[in-house]
Amino acid sequence: MKIHSIASTLAAFSLLIFFAGRPPGYQVGDTVATFKLKNVDGKMVSLSDYQSGKGLIVVFDCNTCPFSKAYNDRIQALNKKYAVQGFPLVAINANSPELSPGDSFDNMVALSKREKYDFPYLVDESQEVARAFGASNTPHVFVLKKEGNDFKVAYIGAIDNNSRDAEAAEKKYVEEAIQALLANKPVPTERTKAIGCGIKWKNV
Amino acid sequence: MKKIVAFLLLSASYCSVQAQTATVVKFDRIEKILKTQTDEVQVINFWATWCAPCVKELPLFEKLGAETPGVKVTLVNLDFADKIEKVNAFMTRKSIKSETVLLDEIDYNTWIDKVDASWQGAIPATLIVNTRTGRRKFVERELADGELQELIASVQ
Repeated sequence: MKIHSIASTLAAFSLLIFFAGRPPGYQVGDTVATFKLKNVDGKMVSLSDYQSGKGLIVVFDCNTCPFSKAYNDRIQALNKKYAVQGFPLVAINANSPELSPGDSFDNMVALSKREKYDFPYLVDESQEVARAFGASNTPHVFVLKKEGNDFKVAYIGAIDNNSRDAEAAEKKYVEEAIQALLANKPVPTERTKAIGCGIKWKNV
Repeated sequence: MKKIVAFLLLSASYCSVQAQTATVVKFDRIEKILKTQTDEVQVINFWATWCAPCVKELPLFEKLGAETPGVKVTLVNLDFADKIEKVNAFMTRKSIKSETVLLDEIDYNTWIDKVDASWQGAIPATLIVNTRTGRRKFVERELADGELQELIASVQ
């Protein structure tokens, strides 16, 4: 009994450390700290590079997840449609290549060439940016809006409500959020959840 | 009479060790598990055939279900419903014996919070619930060997 209670105290304590080491991340309305990450072309891309726009679509994504593959066309379409309207897209891969070799930098370069990405595909090697955002799975979208010199989180969640079939999705959360921001209206749905592949965190 | 009972018991146990096939269900089936008061602790694991860490931890649930009285394991598969044959072939190949349902609910945002408000949507994810007391634990990551037993003890 005593050993058992010590064990459960230890278990609770380790869980506490586990959660303490993993902040919940940004919530809607939070100001995003600037970040600087390496793009597939080898150059660094920073949040401050986007000062002239109205906002930014940040997508935590990867090469390997079936949901990322299912959404790839839709991610590309978002940039094509909204970059010209002031909301360009940036994709970030935070998966540990040790745990998921298909998500290595070389494979990111290959994917962005094959798919002819017209947006940055950044590697979050330290996983610090994904942790700061509180990204949990792929693809996980954060729509940021410019307010003065700050970027504030306006939407967190899924691209739409049908991962299997884009045509069948009747709620296009990211598009609705951006349309609302462009019209200076409140974002209709600020937070959604979707099943996805968990980000492959190192040393957990 | 005794012989008949013995025969029935034998055939029942024989059936229970056969690999299962997944039944396609809607979310009401999961809600029913969560709302029906049972003496058993309900262990519900959300997984998919494409999720490597999920596949890796499945043997923990299989072992738990086979060896622990008072625990009911339900595997909730999240492959797309049109992949049911792939799921069943996987289950046969891995000799999965736990009860398995394929949850055909593509509009994830409508039900994820009903499983647990803390769930971000990543899998594997596991819910352990004592339906009599309402005590529950939810874990959104791969479990280590022995962890399930601790979690079950904590809701008993």
